[in-house]
Amino acid sequence: MTFEPKIVGILCNWCSYTGADLAGTSRIKYSPNVRVVRVMCSGRVDPTFILKAFADGADGVLVAGCHPGDCHYIEGNYKTIRRMALFKRMLKDYGIEPERFRLEWVSAGEGDRWAAVVNKITEDVRKLGPTKIKPAARKKVAFSAA
Amino acid sequence: MKNIKVKINGIETETQDRTSILAIANKLGIKIPTLCHDPIIEPYGACRVCTVEVRSGKRVRMVTACNYPATNGIEILTDSPRVRRDRKMIIEWMMARCGHVKVLEDLAAEYGIKEPRFGRGDDDCILCGLCVRMCQDVVGANVLGFFGRGTTREVSTAYGESSDKCIACGACAHVCPTGAIKIEDDEALVRAALPLGPLTPISIPFMQAVPHQPIIDHESCIYFKTGGCKICEKVCETNAVNHEQQEAIEDIEVGAVILSTGFKQFDAGKIPEYGYGKFKNVLSGLEFERMNCASGPTGGRILMANGKEPKSVGIIHCVGSRDERHNKYCSRVCCMFALKFAHLIKEKAAAEVYNFYIDMRCFGKGYEEFYHRLLEEEVRFIRGRAASVSDFPLNDQEKGKLIIRVEDTLLGKVRRVPVDMIILASGLEPKEDAPHVGHTFNISCGAGFFTERHPKLAPVSTPTDGIFIAGACQGPKDIPDTVAQASAAASQVQSLISRGEIEVESATSIVDAEKCAGCRICSTLCSLTAISFDEEKKISVINDVLCKGCGTCAAACPSGAIIARHFTDEQLFSEIEGVLYDVRA
Repeated sequence: MTFEPKIVGILCNWCSYTGADLAGTSRIKYSPNVRVVRVMCSGRVDPTFILKAFADGADGVLVAGCHPGDCHYIEGNYKTIRRMALFKRMLKDYGIEPERFRLEWVSAGEGDRWAAVVNKITEDVRKLGPTKIKPAARKKVAFSAA
Repeated sequence: MKNIKVKINGIETETQDRTSILAIANKLGIKIPTLCHDPIIEPYGACRVCTVEVRSGKRVRMVTACNYPATNGIEILTDSPRVRRDRKMIIEWMMARCGHVKVLEDLAAEYGIKEPRFGRGDDDCILCGLCVRMCQDVVGANVLGFFGRGTTREVSTAYGESSDKCIACGACAHVCPTGAIKIEDDEALVRAALPLGPLTPISIPFMQAVPHQPIIDHESCIYFKTGGCKICEKVCETNAVNHEQQEAIEDIEVGAVILSTGFKQFDAGKIPEYGYGKFKNVLSGLEFERMNCASGPTGGRILMANGKEPKSVGIIHCVGSRDERHNKYCSRVCCMFALKFAHLIKEKAAAEVYNFYIDMRCFGKGYEEFYHRLLEEEVRFIRGRAASVSDFPLNDQEKGKLIIRVEDTLLGKVRRVPVDMIILASGLEPKEDAPHVGHTFNISCGAGFFTERHPKLAPVSTPTDGIFIAGACQGPKDIPDTVAQASAAASQVQSLISRGEIEVESATSIVDAEKCAGCRICSTLCSLTAISFDEEKKISVINDVLCKGCGTCAAACPSGAIIARHFTDEQLFSEIEGVLYDVRA
């Protein structure tokens, strides 16, 4: 049986979430591996959310927002770019392959792009195999709202 | 300018100083014959037919009315015996040169000339110079001029050769009183004007245009070619014509937008086997529609390129639609407009009409009935996609015709159908810039047509609030469907307007004053300038109205003092736990 990765997708409400919706209403067929969490803006994505997802056993995390310049909140996604670039460099130190995490831009009109992005990350993570963080280690990590 | 008093044919009248006598007479409805005068051209006094008698005190003079400025106290006689005698002589002199010109013959009859005393010449140019002045002073093309002297004087172009400076405006022929100048004009040339451009440089684009106002076509307007003319500006009584008007981009603040950007006709040239662009008598649907228009270039007559009516017409359906090579979808409207064409051709040209179709899709109210009516009108229907169009005859019957090769799938054999004219029922395509427009309004255009929010439940809305779509930009549709959709979009906008208020975001962020350390990282991040700093309490404060709840500040707050309402850290952590319920050990 092929390994089916479990990927958490954190999507901005205005572009990517709507784009994913469009993929659905357009009846586009794509991998069912991404589990979606909606936020108002990709700028809301605190790196701890991503760590939390990995700690809870996610094999990959996908953060998606509006294309640069298209942010509903003018420039929330620019803040995301800065934050995620820095965060990605730290992932290795946690023992997580940086390839398991991806930041993508999907607009409300890009249902087909959403499908392609999901298929891509699913394939990439499938090749990497299950997450190396052991269940035992997971239990020890306790996240709470600071 | 001061006013003066003059007496004309015994009538006292007041007018401005130095007004021409002709203008005074015209105002009072007194007719003075003239051959070389036009209100938009400077008077010139060439034909001298407008000669009148002017009395000033004891002095009596014969002057030309068109360019003689009136002064105070003069008395003008426009039809005295002396005037009639002089005019008669002038007309006879002119007839000695141009003996068979209609306007002169009419004048001769009016002034009792049975046969001119000096004989009749064969020329038809009376050398009035209207054309020359029109070309030089008004149009500014400077193509026509006078050449030669005395008896050899004539109007001509330089060296009598055709000039490339001539812009073929036709103004010279228009003003010529004798019809000496002719513009080459035949059915074939009219037919060449078929492309959808305007017929005159200044025109109302089409009969139903909104606003119903004429526009100037910069491509063909004489002013933009030579800097001259501006006749429209001179004759417009309300001074509405402005040649200097420039395209301007204006910012308009609106609360809702309805996109109804329409469609593009499929370029039939992409299917070379149909010979569009190669054979003159192969027309696209829109071109035929234009020709068919009663106010169009042929006045609604159906003509071939040679100006004759066709005896047989072929209509090829599904050009660029239901075609794996181009558009897979059905363009919906083509079957019905093709039937309309067939009906009109039968009615106007009484030609044999052949339809080449894959399936007849007569989906609307009364459409199927119309199809049956056409069957009774003996319009021919051949089921099969036309394979090719050629002009290569195999027998005498096909000579000079366009031959459509088609497999008649009902007969099960290949046929060759010779026709005079072919109309391609070209399909509907999205506009080239639809992706750009879609991107601007943050809506999607899947196959190029804009995607509605929901195909059944929200057919005119889009994923972006306040943006609505109507018409063929959403997908191919006919006029009734477009009107229905447009009405729906308009009432959606109306309901927004009549409510008078919109809902603001409730999911804003708030600052927990206890935890805030006053680092101000958040205020530098907020692109909506909703976060300010309370100097007294040394904490950040969020303005509820400005905040739209993106949560960027909450994600960045190092002390976790900012709470993004409805998207709190606890809620999102729980959600992440929730989506990973099956992997949590």
